[in-house]
Parts: sequence; C-alpha cells; structure tokens
Amino acid sequence: MDESISKPVNVTPQQQELIAFRVGRQEFCIDVMKVREIRCWAVATVLPRAPRYVRGVINLRGAVLPIVDLAARLGLPGSEPTARNVIIVVQIAQQQIGLLVDAVSDILTADEKSIQPAPDVASELVRSFVKGLLPVDGRMISLISLDLVLPTELQEAA
Amino acid sequence: MDPMAAIRETFFQECEEQLGELEAGLLLMENGTAEAETVNAVFRAVHSIKGGAGIFALDALVRFAHVFETALDRVRSGQMEASPPVLNLLLRAADVLADLVRAAREGGVADAAHVASLVVEFNQINSGAKPPAPAPIPTPVQQWEIIFTPRPELYAKANETALLLRELQRLGEMRVVLNASRLPELAELEPEGAYLTWCITLEADCTAQAVRAVFEFVEDDCELEITQALPAEPALVPGSIITGDNGFSFEFFPPVEAEEEPAPEPEPARVVQKPPTQEVAAAAREEARTATIRVDLDRVDRMIDLVGELVINEAMLSQRVLEAGLARASGVAMALEELEHLTREIQDSVMAIRAQPVRSVFQRMPRLVREVAAQTGKQVRLVTEGEGTEVDKTVIERIADPLNHMIRNAIDHGLESPEKRLAAGKPAEGQVKLAAMHRSGRIVLEVSDDGGGINRARVKQKAIENGVIGPDAQLSDDEIDNLIFLPGFSTASTISDISGRGVGMDVVRQSVAALGGRISIASKPGLGSTFTLSLPLTLAVLDGMVVAACGHILIIPLGTIVETLKPKAADVFPLDNGINVLRLRGGYVPMVDVAVALGYSERRIDPEQSVALLVEGEGGLRAVLLVDAIHGQRQVVIKSLEANYRAVPGIAAATVMGDGRVALILDVDAVLRNNRNETARAEPARAELTLQEAI
Repeated sequence: MDESISKPVNVTPQQQELIAFRVGRQEFCIDVMKVREIRCWAVATVLPRAPRYVRGVINLRGAVLPIVDLAARLGLPGSEPTARNVIIVVQIAQQQIGLLVDAVSDILTADEKSIQPAPDVASELVRSFVKGLLPVDGRMISLISLDLVLPTELQEAA
Repeated sequence: MDPMAAIRETFFQECEEQLGELEAGLLLMENGTAEAETVNAVFRAVHSIKGGAGIFALDALVRFAHVFETALDRVRSGQMEASPPVLNLLLRAADVLADLVRAAREGGVADAAHVASLVVEFNQINSGAKPPAPAPIPTPVQQWEIIFTPRPELYAKANETALLLRELQRLGEMRVVLNASRLPELAELEPEGAYLTWCITLEADCTAQAVRAVFEFVEDDCELEITQALPAEPALVPGSIITGDNGFSFEFFPPVEAEEEPAPEPEPARVVQKPPTQEVAAAAREEARTATIRVDLDRVDRMIDLVGELVINEAMLSQRVLEAGLARASGVAMALEELEHLTREIQDSVMAIRAQPVRSVFQRMPRLVREVAAQTGKQVRLVTEGEGTEVDKTVIERIADPLNHMIRNAIDHGLESPEKRLAAGKPAEGQVKLAAMHRSGRIVLEVSDDGGGINRARVKQKAIENGVIGPDAQLSDDEIDNLIFLPGFSTASTISDISGRGVGMDVVRQSVAALGGRISIASKPGLGSTFTLSLPLTLAVLDGMVVAACGHILIIPLGTIVETLKPKAADVFPLDNGINVLRLRGGYVPMVDVAVALGYSERRIDPEQSVALLVEGEGGLRAVLLVDAIHGQRQVVIKSLEANYRAVPGIAAATVMGDGRVALILDVDAVLRNNRNETARAEPARAELTLQEAI
C-alpha cells in the first residue's frame, strides 16, 4: 500500500480523512467531516417539478431530507435504487442532504500531497465536480466537491 | 451562551414585560380608570428597568430612566398632577424608553436628539413645579404603625424579613411584635408557606415614603399597611405578647447586631384587624399572579418536535401491530390505544405551553389608534374584546402587522370625519372594535368600525380604472367589497401617510394567507364594515385530508375544503383548451386535476372516476380539485421543506405519515393561482370572466 495513503490511524493536520463510495463503475470520495451518517435506501416521496437528479424527500428522524441521485447528477448511467443502495447524509452549510450512491467502499486517510489535481480535460463533469484524483491500490478515486454537487437552485435557496 | 449573556438576555426579557406594564398603566391613567396602585406599578416598571440597566452599565438607558422615574415619582407622591400634557409626555417617554431598551439589546443607537428633547421637557416639568427647597424638611418625630405580612413569594425570592426589619430600624426607634395567629398545626404546615405577620411601631422623623421605600422591592409580595399612629393612641402594656387564637404565642427578638443598640422598651402594639373584604381582594390578587417560569422558546420548540416524532412513532407502531395480525381486542392493541390517547394529550399540553393571550398584541393598538386619529383629525374610541383568547406564539407574532394595517384602514378609510358623522346623525366619536374569539378550532379576529361602510360605487369605478374588471362587469355587493383585497388597490384618492400607499389590504390578505388564515369583509352602507380574520391556532400542526393523486399521497388543508363531491359526467363542461368547469348548484367552478397541476401526470383523470374537493382559497377563489381517492382525515405535524431543500411551487410544506414516509401538503392557494394564470394565458378574453367568477 502507498505510504501516503493508508487506513486512518493518527490524522495529522496535512492529512485528510475521506470516505470513498461507488457510483456505477466509478469511485468517488468526499471529506469525512461533511458526512453526518450513512443509511440504507428508503423510498423517497417525489417532489413535483424537481430536477431529475432530485429523487425526492425522505424522513430522517423527523426532518425532511432531500435525496440527490449522484449518478444522475454526475451524468453517469444509473438504475432504479434498491435496498442495496446507500444514502450518505452530508452537511452543506446549514442544510442536510442525502446523496444516493451504490455503496460505501472505503475510509481513507490521504496526504494533501498525494491528491493529484484533476487533469484539464474538456469534460463538464470533471470541471464541475472533480477537485482531485487519488491513486489507491491501483484504483483511481475522484475527490469531489460537495458544493458543486448540489443543484445550483439549492444553493440559491440556501 | 455565557452566563452573563444569559442574565443580560433575561434582563431584556423582563424589560419587555415592564415596558408592557408601563404602557398599560399609563393608558389606564389616561383613561382615568387608574387606581392608586397603577401609578405605583408604572413607577416600579421604570424603576426596575433603571436598576437592571445600572447593573449592565447601560448608561444612556439609566440616565433617561432616571429622569422618567423622577417625573413619575412626583406624580406618585401627588406633587405633580397627571394632567393630559404630562401624560402625553409620559407616554412618549415610554416609547423612547422602549427604543433605548431595544437599542441596548441590539447594540444599536437610539435617536439621541429625540431623547435629549424629552429630557429637556422632563426637566422643565420636574423643575417647574418643584418646591424651592428640594432638601427634605426635617419632619417631627412621628409614630408609624406598620403591619407587614409576607407572602410565600417573598421568601421564594430570597428576601429576608430580618434584613428588612433591620433596615427599618435604621430610621428610628422601633418595636416589633410578631403575630403568629395564622400559624397552623405542624402537620398542616406548608414548609414554604408564609404565616407570619409583623406589627411594627416605628418612631422616626421620616415620611411615609421613606418607610415604604424599605419595602420597595417586596411590596408586590406582601401585605403592607402603613398608618400614622395618632398621639392620643392609648399605649399598650410593655412586653405585650400577641397571642394567636390557636394558643401559640411568640415574641419577636431583634437580630443579633441590632441588640447592640439599646433595646427599645417593649411598647404596646395594636392588633389591627384587617377588614375581611381586603383579605378577599388580596386572595384574588394572589390568584391572578399564578406561578410562572421563564423558558427558552427553543426548548419548547424542541419538545414540540419530539412530541411530533412521538405521534408519528405511535402511528407507525399501530400500523405494525395491525400488520402483525394482532386482534383488535388483544392486550397489545388496547395498550396501544391508551398510548395513542396519552400521546394526543401530551401533544395538546405541549402546544398549550406556546399558547399566549392575544393581549400582548391588543395592548399595542391604543397607541396606534391615538396616532392615526391625530393624523386624520378623527375622534376614535377603541374597544377591545377577548384579550384573553389564547393562540400559539408564532401566530401572535405574526398577527400584529395585519392588525395594525386593518386598524389604520378602519380609521383612515372606515370612519368618517366628525362633521360628516354628526351630519349623518352619529356621535362625533367613531368606534373601532377589536375582538378575538375561538371558533371551531380557529382563532377569529374581528376589526369593525361604525363608519360609512365601503363606498361600492367608488371601489367599482377604481377597479374599472385599474383594469381589474371590465367596464360592464356585473358584480354583486360582496364581490365589490372583496375587490379591495386585490393587489395595488386603494380607494384613497390622495396617497396619505396612513394607509393609502396602495399596499393596504392586499398585503394584509397575503400575510394572513401565509399564516394559513382567511380574511373576509362584511359592510353595510352607512353603518360600517367588519373585517374578519380566521387563523389556525397553531402553525405547527394542521388538520388535513389525506388524498391520493396519481399514486402520490398528499395532504390538503382541511381549512380550505368546502365540501367533497362525486362529479357526474353530465355536470362537466369543457370550457376551452382542455379546461373543464363543473356545474355546481347553478354555478360553474373551474376544475383542477391535482396530479396534472403538480406535474405528476400529463393526462387528466376522468372526472367520473375521481373524487372532487370543492376548495376555497384566499380572496374566496374557488375551484374543484380532482384526486384519485380520499384516504381519510388526520392531524399532521408540519415540517419545513425549506430547511434542507427549498420552497416547492404548489407545495406548502411536508409532513411524516404513520408509515414513516414523507407526504406533501398541498398549497391550495398556489394551485388555484397557478390555474388562474394558466387560464389567463390560454384565453385572455376568458380571464376576466374567471376572475369575476372567482371573486
């Protein structure tokens, strides 16, 4: 295993704990500090006239939690969620939002230095969401920015 | 929050209460219905604010409160008459004091020039009538009889009678005799009760005020009687002991330090028998002052949230039990039923914590009425009714503005000038009545005036000028009256400061609608108008009809539903562009397919296969909503969609159902408005007709 990326032991200020998850055939990760909880998929109540990637809302212990289908948001092929899907509840500013992903795969501790900048490609997806790339055990995990994962209208409303 | 900030916050909360009492007291004085106690209460309010402000070094506040207090003290002591100009100044000073408190609380700055000008006025009246020698004239030694009976609250507030008596002793020679006749048997003794009365004879060269001042901070929590003993009074036998009728006898021993001074010769004390009526009055006062605690609103809200959770959980449990196939008569089901009752009761009790009488809002109105009356040159008497009606705090906070507007409107537009009134054979003074009452689970507020009523010809003409209605529109009186709720409608021919800004009743209607309320008007030419506001008692729960539209569960607020019906194909008429209307008792009401309106479905359901709900939205806008089925009726806890998402058009809020799923609450007004706009786009010529029908 790469020296700079390991399972969390003692996290130094330069290091970042990340949670990795799968969406389709790709792996992504986000800052673990943003994650409030991880729960299994529950059928969401569809919101009228919502963007396609907003699956609807679910009840999270009394709070109404919107669910963003990350596959749809990132423009990846997705499928109807099943009980095997996972919702990562993240905190963004004052709001909590559920991210629908296929599965949580790993928890990593990454050195700032080991995060490589996203290559300058013409892809809208890469430009909008990918902050950096992490090589882990021969896999490639994209570090995504949550602020941009949010639908823009949501940010305006926030 | 750090402790100091918390104490500071408490101080400001108390200031709010004191300011309320101050205002109420001053208004009583103005009406001439003040009792002797009123002026004391007013004085105490200012005094307490000054005291608290001193602790927090709020100098500007202390300085002003001091000047204010000085004037009040002179009124209290009878040195200055509470004449109308003085009262006017005092009322204005109360406003400034409130401004200063607010400035201190929010860290802002009050209008310094205004404050200074009032201080000057105060100095004028304070010095004007002041006797040339402000130093107290040495008063001859007088004998004071003081009967001091603490109430339990006095002890509860950590006051010490011994300290008070010691303080009193500083004034002069004193004898104290304890009357313990009210002391019950030990078995009946309330540990925190108050049973003792002290009869104090004080020989001092001071005034009654000086004696009273010793008890200043406990005055509310005790019975205090201060009388000047007549010299001719027969002396009591030294060393007399007051004996209670239950056989106990006590003698008061002065506190240790006090004993260093030459022990006063025990002197005769009179047992003053208080007339029974006074006792009754005291008991009544006691009752009015029920024990209260101050609780952070957040905590109550948290509790309401939790109880909401409990209600949902309880419903989920019931469903699981049903699913498990347990018999209705089984022990589990019965215990569950009890749980349900308990849960409802807890919910009601928690909601009751937030309920407050509308008095706090009503109290602000007399000032407004006076201001507007002065501005318009009209004579107005405000009558309030049902101040004790309780409603949720959130509602209270948000009805002040609409009420303000309505009262302004009633005076400015409703009431005629004194000359016109006299000419019409009415008293010159107009009356505006503000009433609150509970009616079928809602609170109803009425603002009525005995003015000229709505000038329908003028309203209609204005509506035609503004293009709201066609020139040849035939409207009923009711429809014309309701035109004033339309946006940008104001009949005032000149824009006045008071209400004619063209925002008037439209804004009122909107803010009322935002509260889930409705507003209506009834007007009689020459006799006046009555505006009726109907609001939910709380904004946290809602009674709703659970319906299904295209497989989605929705809640329709019960308050908007007029009736449910099963439409017949023969009553459905296509109007235009796929818009259908339903014939209903001779009238035609537009039909709205809920699933289509929300974008759940493209295809309209067959009206015959659906259930129709006749709903009425703001401004009396009516439509028939079509849904697949009605699943029942229930009370739901309102959950915000905006907290984690954003406002969704057509949806007012969300709630959590018994199965733990989120259901959406339909925003009936938005759906109706939207429908109207779509109709307008589809067929401009028809828009007017729709509007007219709707109004």
